[in-house]
Amino acid sequence: MAKHEHVREPLFHIAKRDTPAWWRAWGIRAIALVLALVVSGLVAFLLTGENPLKLYATMLEGAFGTSRRVWGLMQNLAMLLCVSVAVTPAFKMRFWNIGAEGQVLIGGLAAAACMILLGDSIPHGLLLLTVTVASIAAGALWALIPAVFRAKWQTNETLFTLMMNYIAIQLVSFFTYRFSVPKGSGQVGVINRATHAGWMPTLGKYDYLLNILIVLAVTVMMAVYLKHSKHGYELAVVGESESTARYIGIDVKKVIIRTMLISGAVCGIAGLLLVSGTDHTISRDTAAGRGFTAIMVSWLAKFDPVAMILTSFLIVFLEKGATEISTAFGLNDSFSEIITGIIIFFIIGCEFFIRYTVRFRRREGKSA
Amino acid sequence: MILAGFLQRAIMQGIPLLYGSTGEIITEKSGNLNLGIPGIMYVGGIGGVIGAFLYEQHAGAELNPFLAVMIPLLCSMAGSLLMGLIYSFLTVSLRANQNVTGLALTTFGVGFGNFFGGSLVRLAGSDVPSISLGRTSNYFRTSLPIADRLGWFGQIFLSHSFLAYAAIVIALLTSLILAKTRVGLHLRAVGENPATADAAGISVGKYKYFATCIGSVIAGLGGLYYVMDYANGVWSNDGFGDRGWLAIALVIFAVWRPNLSILGSILFGGLYIVHNYIPGLDVSGQELFKMLPYLVTILFLVAISMRRKREAQPPAHLGLPYFREER
Repeated sequence: MAKHEHVREPLFHIAKRDTPAWWRAWGIRAIALVLALVVSGLVAFLLTGENPLKLYATMLEGAFGTSRRVWGLMQNLAMLLCVSVAVTPAFKMRFWNIGAEGQVLIGGLAAAACMILLGDSIPHGLLLLTVTVASIAAGALWALIPAVFRAKWQTNETLFTLMMNYIAIQLVSFFTYRFSVPKGSGQVGVINRATHAGWMPTLGKYDYLLNILIVLAVTVMMAVYLKHSKHGYELAVVGESESTARYIGIDVKKVIIRTMLISGAVCGIAGLLLVSGTDHTISRDTAAGRGFTAIMVSWLAKFDPVAMILTSFLIVFLEKGATEISTAFGLNDSFSEIITGIIIFFIIGCEFFIRYTVRFRRREGKSA
Repeated sequence: MILAGFLQRAIMQGIPLLYGSTGEIITEKSGNLNLGIPGIMYVGGIGGVIGAFLYEQHAGAELNPFLAVMIPLLCSMAGSLLMGLIYSFLTVSLRANQNVTGLALTTFGVGFGNFFGGSLVRLAGSDVPSISLGRTSNYFRTSLPIADRLGWFGQIFLSHSFLAYAAIVIALLTSLILAKTRVGLHLRAVGENPATADAAGISVGKYKYFATCIGSVIAGLGGLYYVMDYANGVWSNDGFGDRGWLAIALVIFAVWRPNLSILGSILFGGLYIVHNYIPGLDVSGQELFKMLPYLVTILFLVAISMRRKREAQPPAHLGLPYFREER
C-alpha cells in the first residue's frame, strides 16, 4: 500500500448512476430547460436590446395569442408528433431512419397525385380511400427500400435513408412542375378547390380537429404496440443486441423489415394529413424539415410516444414564439431555429448528468 | 468551348463539396458521424460574410488586400471551430447521441446563417440595402494572370482562386497523413476499434476532439468558398442549399479517401449542373436530373456493402459511442 501515495488521482472521474429516481431525472431536465431559456433570452436580448421578460411575453402571445393561433399550434404539434411517433419504432431498434422527411413527402406526393389524377372520375368516398391507401403505401415503400438492403447486406441505413430524402424531394419537384397550375409556374395551387375531392372532411367548424384526433389515435396505438405487443418486445431486443435476438430465435431480418414498414406507413399518414387534411397542395417544402426535427423530438422523449406530446409541444411552441419575436422586432424568421438549436443542445447535454455522476478528487488526507 | 466551360463550372461546384467531404472524412475516421456538416458549412460561410461586412464597413474606401482576405478567413474558421467544439463536447465529453447532436447542429447552423444573412444589415445599423461584398470577393477570386492566355487548359485548370487550390492541397495532404503517418494510423485505429486503441495507449477522446474540430474548420472553408468565390460575395438565404448533405454523400462515394474525393467532387459538381447543358430539357426534367448525385451515391453504397471489400467499408465504429467503462 506504500505505493499508493505515488498514484495521482485524476481531478475528477465519471461514474454511472443506477437508474435515477424520476424526480431527479425530470428535475435535471427542468434545470437544463431553464438554463436554455436564460441563454436564449440573453441571445435575444443581445440581438434586439429588448427586455427579455418582454420577449418571453411576445413568445407566449405568438403561440397562444388568439384562438386561431392556438389551433395553428395544435395542428403543427399534431404533425410533428405524427412524424416523431413514426420514426420511434425504428430508433428503438437502433435503426437510424433519418429518411422520415422523404417518407412524409412521398406519402404526400401519392396523396396529391391521386387527388389530381382521379379527382373527377371516381366518387368522393372511394377517392378518399384511394388517397389514404396510396399515401400509406408510398411512405411504407420508401422506408422498405433501405430496410431490405440493411437486412440483407448490412448497408448503412443512416446514409441510405438520408439520400432517399433528396430523391423524394426531387421527385416532388419534378411532379410539382408537371402538375403546376398555370403550366410552368412550379406551383400546384389548391387541388380540387371547387369540389373538395379527396379532402379530409372537417369535423364541425374546426379545420384541424380530425387531423389532431387521428394523430392522437396513432400515438396511443404506437405506445401500446411498443410497450405491450410481442412485436414491440422483439424490436427492443434487436435494438439492444442483434446477437441476443438471434440467439433467442428472433428473425432479425424480418423484424427490421416489418418495423421499417410500420415506420414508413406512419410517415405516409403524416404526408396524407399534410396534403389531404391541411394544405391541399404539395411542394418540396410540405414536410418543412419535420423529418429531421422529429428525430430530436423522439430522442428527447426517450422514445416514449406519450412523452413526445410534451417534447413536440416544446419545439412547436419555440418555433411559433420565436417567429413572433422575429416579426415583432423585424428580425429574420430563422431566429426560431437558433433558439431551438440552443435548447436542444442543453437538453442533449443534461442527459449526461442524469446518467452519470461526476466525482471530484477528494482532498489530501481525507482518503478513505 | 462548351466542354471547357462545363468542366470549369463543375470544378467550381465541386470545391465546396470537396472541403465538406475532406472535413467529414477526417471526422468519420475518428468514429464520429457528424451530421452537423451542413450547418457547419453555413456557419463557415456566414462567418466569412460577417467578418468581411464589418471590415468593409469599417475600412471605408481603401481595403488592405491582406486584411480583406485574412479577416473573413479567420472569422469563418473561428465560427466552424466553435461548431466542432460544440459537437465534440456534447458527443465525446457528455456522451450524447451523435445523430441527434449532429442534426441539432445542422438546425442551429442553418438557422444561424440565414438569421445573420437576413438581419446583419439591420443589426449593424448600416444604410446599405443588402449584403454584397463584391470588393472582398474580388480579392478572394484573384487567379493566376496567365490563365487567360492558355486557352482551354488555362480555363479548366488555372482560372480558379487560391481557396480552390487549397482545397485540393488539403485533400491530398489529408490522404497522405491518414495513410502514411503515425497520427493517421492512430486516428484510423480510434475509428475502427477504440477499445483496442485505448488499450494501446492512444487517447481516444483527444483524437476524436481534434479530428472533429479540424474536420469542421475544413468543412467551414467550403461555405466560405461558396459565398466569396462562387456567389461573388452575395449572401442569399438558403443559397447554399443541400450541398452539405451532398458532401456527406461524397464521403461514401470516395470510400473515405480524400484523394479520391477530388475526382468525386468534380464528378458530383458536374452531375449537379449537367441539366444546364442538356439541350431541350424542360424545367421538370431538370429537377429529375438534380437527383443524380444522390442516386449515384445510393447505388454506390449498395454496391460496396454487397461486395464487402474491406478497404471500401465505413470505419467499423462509425456513429457508435465509446465509453471505456461500457465496453
